[in-house]
Amino acid sequence: MKAYAELLERLVHTPSRNAKLALLAQYFRTTPDPDRGWALASLTGDLELKKVTPARIRDLIESRADPVLFRLSYDFVGDLAETASLIWPERTAETPRGSNHPLSLNEAVQTLQTTPRTKIPSVISEWMDALSPSERYALLKLGMGGMRVGVSARLARVALASLGDITVDEIEEIWFGLTPPYSDLFAWVEGKGNRPEIDEAAAFRPMMLANPLDEEQLPDLIPGEYSAEYKWDGIRVQVSMREGAIRLYSRTGDDITGAFPDLVAGLTGLNGVLDGELLVARNGEVAPFSDLQQRLGRKTVSAKMQQEFPAHIRAYDILFDGADDLRPLPQVERRERLAEWVSDADTTVLDLSSDIPFERWDELQALRETLRETGIEGLMLKRHDTPYVPGRPKGPWFKWKRDPLTADCVVMYAQRGHGRRSSMYSDFTFGCWRPGDGGEMELVPVGKAYSGYTDAELTKLDKWVRQNSTERYGPVRAVKPGLVFEVAFDAVQSSKRHKSGIAMRFPRIHRIRWDKPHEEADLVETLKNMTT
Amino acid sequence: MRTDPKSLLKVRPEGLFCPAGGFYIDPVRPVDRAVITHGHADHARPGNDHVLATPETLAIMQSRYGQTAKIADQASAYGQVNTIGDVSVTLLPAGHVLGSAQVLIETGGARVAVSGDYKRRADATCAGFEVANCDLYVTEATFGLPVFRHPDDHGEIAKVLKSLNTFPDRAHLLGAYALGKAQRVIMLLRQAGYDRPIYLHGAMIELCDLYKGLGVDLGALIPVTGIQKKDLQGEIILCPPSALADRWSRGFGDAVRAFASGWMMVRQRAKQSGVELPIILSDHADWTELTTTIRDVEAETIWVTHGREEALVHQARLFGLDADALSIAGFDEDSA
Repeated sequence: MKAYAELLERLVHTPSRNAKLALLAQYFRTTPDPDRGWALASLTGDLELKKVTPARIRDLIESRADPVLFRLSYDFVGDLAETASLIWPERTAETPRGSNHPLSLNEAVQTLQTTPRTKIPSVISEWMDALSPSERYALLKLGMGGMRVGVSARLARVALASLGDITVDEIEEIWFGLTPPYSDLFAWVEGKGNRPEIDEAAAFRPMMLANPLDEEQLPDLIPGEYSAEYKWDGIRVQVSMREGAIRLYSRTGDDITGAFPDLVAGLTGLNGVLDGELLVARNGEVAPFSDLQQRLGRKTVSAKMQQEFPAHIRAYDILFDGADDLRPLPQVERRERLAEWVSDADTTVLDLSSDIPFERWDELQALRETLRETGIEGLMLKRHDTPYVPGRPKGPWFKWKRDPLTADCVVMYAQRGHGRRSSMYSDFTFGCWRPGDGGEMELVPVGKAYSGYTDAELTKLDKWVRQNSTERYGPVRAVKPGLVFEVAFDAVQSSKRHKSGIAMRFPRIHRIRWDKPHEEADLVETLKNMTT
Repeated sequence: MRTDPKSLLKVRPEGLFCPAGGFYIDPVRPVDRAVITHGHADHARPGNDHVLATPETLAIMQSRYGQTAKIADQASAYGQVNTIGDVSVTLLPAGHVLGSAQVLIETGGARVAVSGDYKRRADATCAGFEVANCDLYVTEATFGLPVFRHPDDHGEIAKVLKSLNTFPDRAHLLGAYALGKAQRVIMLLRQAGYDRPIYLHGAMIELCDLYKGLGVDLGALIPVTGIQKKDLQGEIILCPPSALADRWSRGFGDAVRAFASGWMMVRQRAKQSGVELPIILSDHADWTELTTTIRDVEAETIWVTHGREEALVHQARLFGLDADALSIAGFDEDSA
């Protein structure tokens, strides 16, 4: 537990990617199995114990600390788990004696996994008595699930790969067939064992992403080298159908299959891995994004929900046809294989995203300007000769969104409203990324908006703000980066009054992107390029 | 009749005043007669006509301001009894920084002690805290919340050494207040067996020399000015905390920035400071030391000032003591 707590402590204060990798690699090298595997799982989000709740933590503290002192401390510290870990009394002669050997991460995880919820508080408090403050914090966060230390799942895997000669892509190929604590994986990476046997049917393949099109680039691009298709207004998914097992993954590799039994039923019997847009569609007619939102973020879904908001996949690309890896093939060939695959597949829940024939860019430009159809966000351009590669390579794919201008921004501050909304955090300041002085990316505010959401969404936003605030300045709370708004606006103007150098005209919240990782919000530079 | 201890101290705009002795303790504006607890700038200010302090504090003031008092200063060793007006004043070690003192005021059977800033754990760079038994104790409360229980010094210093091991190619810029904290950090590194030269930002040199002159052995210290960047890989460079975010610090390439302060206990504070390696090291009493001290002094009345008074007043009352917050202007938490 000590080494793990120290690792988390260092990671949370380390902005540089390389330094994070060094810290992770050192931890993996010096920590035995199975502890290091549990640590890895906690960082990649594959260990969500969710056994400790804030209410439990409060109960625990109240059993050990004066309520006034706790309130004053919590006000100062701001984070419940941290307050608890710091205020917890040191062991004294009167403390009931618990186990005396140091708590290992393995013991903590196994015990939390197997202990019934009602017994959790007594187990935790016995451990807390024997741990240091930073170990207590690590323990509580582990028990609550969701370790936020600025390490993405991928970064953790890159660090793992650095232990040996296996590449991170090779690890990611089999990641979704593995379960913590990954002793076989560590052995393979360190050259002490074979590649772990996994159920290939379940694998997630890292996805290929597009860059926004800068229209000034257009004259340099040759129309004959590109295909165009619609950019549908849903969320990008990968659907993996192999040997009878159906898996639906979000763009970041989260398994969201559980919420879409209607898709699973409609795709059973098919074989392949496809890239597409998850939509709500009724008789082929794409519903607004807000309909899709009804289906997102759920663990299970009722029959009524499935009927009212039927899920659908519009396929963009094919990665595997059966067991045949098509990713090295050029775009046009994959496209043909995809069309064949879709026409052979006898299903109503998946169809082909159609090609848009064109000869000159201005045809597409004209088309794009008339795009007002629900469910279309803009156009995609894909170069004919490129293979399907993970990440966001520059050049092969462009996204060309329709008007109005939109940008994905990260919520930074929230302010309480007035009148009816005086108890709600309803006015939001959001920012975009730019390289800071030290070379690390930093957020700078780019605008403020207080409209564009429904009452139900506002309630949810208010709750989010309260749970994620880091500081208070009167009616304003600073929140930690974590929530992305797709902000729509009429224009961007350059402005000397704003730190970002730009100001948005009539910004409004177009959509709340609960699904989007904040690291992937837009750059200030992107907004500057929209300046009129 | 016994003098009422509470009558011996009054809060005035200039600072904490002892009417019977006609002097202020750590005044924020120049006064005729001042007793100075220690050399930090928010306690020791220039321009007073008469100053009473320990010889070490006077030396620090002389070094910082080129002056101690405008008319006359009086050095008082720890334990020496001085008569000022109708009271006798004794300075007792506070364990905060070199020369730091508590002020014990006695008259007509009443005993009042003002803690100044203090800590109770061992610090090889200054005299250890002595308990001042009294009727009224005025205590600081910089870290007056139960979340502040500072960890073991040696464990914190070990973090620096471990980081040097993890990042042997990166210079380690260690921010520490120039008076007290810097010398304590150096001493702790020496105690941990670190015998390489330690490099100093220009602003640290004079006080380190002063400590050495007063008999505190800090080992080999080298001014960093003019040293090649490549020669500083894996070395420790001590600098004032403000220099960590300053353009000065860019000259060291991809350096690890560390900051030794009691505030590093709280993640959010540590995050705000923007450093990569927070070192929890404070020259102030933590919650355990504060709550122990207010009982050890056996005073009936506790006045709490400088910091988070509310929690410590609450705790003192839980102990059955007569406790109140005392608000004195002019102090900040920056030198914690």
